[in-house]
Amino acid sequence: MKFTKAAVSGALALAVAIFAGQGACRKKTFDYDARSTIVLGQYASLTGGTADFGKSSNDGLQLALEQINASGGLLGKQVSVTTEDDQSNSDNAVAAVSKLINRDKVSAVIGEVASTRSLSGGGICQSSRIPMLSPASTNPQVTKTGDYIFRICFTDDFQGKICARFAKDQGWKRVAMLTDTANAYSKGLATAFKENFPVDMIVADENFKAEDKNFEAQLNKIKATNPDAIYLPAYYTEVGLIVTQARRAGMTMPFFGGDGWDSPQTQSNPDTVGCFYSDHYSANDPSEATQKFVKAFAKKYGHQPDAMAVLGYDAMGVMAQAIKDAGSADPKAIRDALAKIKNYDGASGQITIDENRNATKSIVILNVTGKPVPDLAKRYDPGE
Amino acid sequence: MGQFAQQLIVGLSVGATYALIALGYTMVYGVLRLINFAHGDVYMVGAVVGFYLARFAVGAGWGVAASLLLIFGGAIVVCVVLGFLIEFLAYRPLRNRPRIVVLITAIGVSLLLENTAQLQWVFGAQPQKYPTAIQLALNARIGSAASGIVVTRLDVLSLGLSLALMGALSWIVLRTRTGLALRAVSYRFDTAMLMGINTNRIISFTFMFGSGLAAVAGCMDGIRYNADPLMGIQYGLKAFIAAVLGGIGSIPGALLGALLIGITETMVKAYVSSSWADAVAFLVLVLILLIKPSGLFGRHEPEKV
Amino acid sequence: MNAITEHATPARFIAIRPRVPAWIANLALAGLLVGLWPINRLLVDQIDPYFLLIATTIGVSVILATSLNLVIGISGQFSLGHAAFMAIGAYTTGIILRHYKIVEPAHGAFQLAAAGEFAGAILLGALFAAIAGLFIGIPTLRLRGDYLAIATLGFGEILFVAINNTENIGPFMVGGSSGLYGVPIYRDTRFFWVWGFAIVCIVCTWRIVYSSRGKAFLALREDEIAAAAMGVDTTWYKVAAFVIGAFFAGIAGGLASVISGNLDPGSYRFIKSVEIVVMVVLGGSGSITGVILAAALLTMLPEGLRFLKEATGPAFPADQLRMIIYSLTLILLMILRPTGLLGRRELFPMRRRFARTAAGGTA
Repeated sequence: MKFTKAAVSGALALAVAIFAGQGACRKKTFDYDARSTIVLGQYASLTGGTADFGKSSNDGLQLALEQINASGGLLGKQVSVTTEDDQSNSDNAVAAVSKLINRDKVSAVIGEVASTRSLSGGGICQSSRIPMLSPASTNPQVTKTGDYIFRICFTDDFQGKICARFAKDQGWKRVAMLTDTANAYSKGLATAFKENFPVDMIVADENFKAEDKNFEAQLNKIKATNPDAIYLPAYYTEVGLIVTQARRAGMTMPFFGGDGWDSPQTQSNPDTVGCFYSDHYSANDPSEATQKFVKAFAKKYGHQPDAMAVLGYDAMGVMAQAIKDAGSADPKAIRDALAKIKNYDGASGQITIDENRNATKSIVILNVTGKPVPDLAKRYDPGE
Repeated sequence: MGQFAQQLIVGLSVGATYALIALGYTMVYGVLRLINFAHGDVYMVGAVVGFYLARFAVGAGWGVAASLLLIFGGAIVVCVVLGFLIEFLAYRPLRNRPRIVVLITAIGVSLLLENTAQLQWVFGAQPQKYPTAIQLALNARIGSAASGIVVTRLDVLSLGLSLALMGALSWIVLRTRTGLALRAVSYRFDTAMLMGINTNRIISFTFMFGSGLAAVAGCMDGIRYNADPLMGIQYGLKAFIAAVLGGIGSIPGALLGALLIGITETMVKAYVSSSWADAVAFLVLVLILLIKPSGLFGRHEPEKV
Repeated sequence: MNAITEHATPARFIAIRPRVPAWIANLALAGLLVGLWPINRLLVDQIDPYFLLIATTIGVSVILATSLNLVIGISGQFSLGHAAFMAIGAYTTGIILRHYKIVEPAHGAFQLAAAGEFAGAILLGALFAAIAGLFIGIPTLRLRGDYLAIATLGFGEILFVAINNTENIGPFMVGGSSGLYGVPIYRDTRFFWVWGFAIVCIVCTWRIVYSSRGKAFLALREDEIAAAAMGVDTTWYKVAAFVIGAFFAGIAGGLASVISGNLDPGSYRFIKSVEIVVMVVLGGSGSITGVILAAALLTMLPEGLRFLKEATGPAFPADQLRMIIYSLTLILLMILRPTGLLGRRELFPMRRRFARTAAGGTA
């Protein structure tokens, strides 16, 4: 009896609820071109664990924004970029992007540097149909989120492949690897490297975890295999510790890695001299766009730009180009224009967005010399 | 064989710093039955203070020996004061409260230290290296024999210091009046008070001594690796596990436990799997808790009403 | 006013048997859940999605805090691994939804089959979390309470290492250190699901605490040895509280997975557990409504700081500042008011009224 009563009234209430719910209307659309300025959004890690990357990318972006507005803005309007800090936390990135899209009604979003947070923020952008352009997320998955997600950097796949090619070009026959297992970036590069390098020439494949400080056990193991070079795809803090510990253990062979090495700390460490790493650009690149950027950046901030800065700068530049091409601040129009970006002359080289919304661009190998700006050792173009 | 010996040296050297931190945990737990979560962060403060002092000393052109004296001396002084303040301000008002209240406070103190250090105008979130001159001086190799085994000054120093400091601590505990009082407090807190022992003074002494040891460990790891506002979390945890393994409250137990943890970790990295090495320390903890909760040297202590 | 040590008057622990018949209470609960559906539709259509997102996130925090309150506030054990149980729930639910492509029905329409699949995925995650809780709880809870803190902390770290090193489990993708991406986002119904489960969680906790068995939990908190002497099987009750807490943490994790659609193993570590502890302590460990209030306040705090930051410039260290606020809150509360904002009191004095009648009845 009691059960019947409960069931009947429950079912009744459920039915009412469903009808009430289905009847409600959907949201109305927002006119992005009716505003007097073009509003863009940026989410970046300005505080927290990877604050260095976020700040640097933001510096580059602000420089580009300044230059765009000084030369008259876009479509006859000034451009403003609303920046949200995600505190290096992916849950926070979701809230930050949601605020940008829903509160600030941005036409497009620029961000994030770290791939995990680009994946979190990208989900919101995709489902809200707002284009997102990541300056530096190299994980292949980022742009697979959907057709509104773009990036202006190369992917881990490509970078790992080029590193393997560089190792072959150097004539290294015995290569050891040391990977950070708690870091998707590091694992991505390592996987791509392994796929493109002869298996029998990889003499050791060791791991560590980013918070470790002592790597001597792994290094001693690698030392016993007597490699010609060691592939170390990792962030610069660990790179510094590992290379120093290797030198102390009497290992003199060169290390080589990816763009995570890019930092003044790597250049100033005497132990890393003679090492190589792949990067987005070289400050010594003679091209006009690069030199103009390097000079303007040094003038505004008083130091040399790193890779994150140049990518932040180019992300803003590509976004501006897309808005110009679209002739509108409407998200859909910007998305379509972003997809058609071809041979954009950026400070980090020529950028073309391919059908998978990734950038095809060249990659440079830098040689650490102890000077503030590393030497350009080699350049690989996308076709290779 | 050479490889094994080399890994053993690494393990001992890593374990030696765990030991210095573990002694602090074990002493505090001995007298207060409190897991002092903030202890790992005192170690971090040691490294940070040492970093600033090293930069100052090298900048002022001091010699290596004088710089080292300043680094260690200054860090010890700061950490001893910090240890005293933490106990006096945060734990003393809670002396008769339930354990859980003190434990939560300890977590609070730990977070406060970590996040204050991460502020840009205190230290910043990024790890920083000590000046190269200091690093090079201690990283120098000692008698690189034909066997190819590498031993650095720092390896010898860390093991020597932790043995010496453990010896000093044992001497204080077993041979001095303060030590007698300390043992009395750790045996029965209330009874010790009735015997006329100033328990607050003893507890302050315990915190100060433990913090001084942590400062030494902090400077040593700062020089060896870098100063990092979050370095206290991992090392603090592992040192605590070492203390539990050795039998919490036991001084030689802490040293032995720490060396065992250091060697186990290194050997797992070297011969099993380096990606799982971090989980090993915790696995050891769970095993001790299951098999012998009182640890290797601990005395079994039934809870009393 | 130091209620954690103060031995409360016996009247406060008298079991209350509400005079409302159980079936009416259950019906009211069912009605509340059903009524949530049109409210959800209304909010989705009318409210700024950003605010709705925060309202939804608050629901997740409420579940987390309420369930941890069962462990810390009600049975007096201290766990630092609540986020790890959340991770188990999040990953189980995320993996299932992703693998079987269980997506939200278009326009958030209600389909019984889809709803069943979703709820099933969430409950499976909760079940796994509870099983993990059982395995951690049994060896550690036999021992002194403070070992639980370290053991749960260690469990969280092992889990983090394990997730980082696992790309796949059989045909199911886990994602390793890149995290699990591509979990369907339940944009239009997540508010309903989150708050629906939150209500269930609150009601369950309420009924556990104010049942006659609930007295055993409270006795455990007040004095473990005395409770044991009175015949309370302390280990059993400690493990029970811990497992129920883990179960609801698993539910919260599963719900969190459809909010972001991307699981980052790094976001379920120690710091997340501490955030939940702060909610419980601030709200007043033991007070269900107080903890709910604190969970809502602390979830809104980072968003509040976001608006504060607009006034102070981009270099404002919001993250550190938030953590400094958290840590100072912990220390000062423990020293000055260890009972938290509300202490043992509830926001609605209903219980007290019942308690008085009950006490009056025996007098």
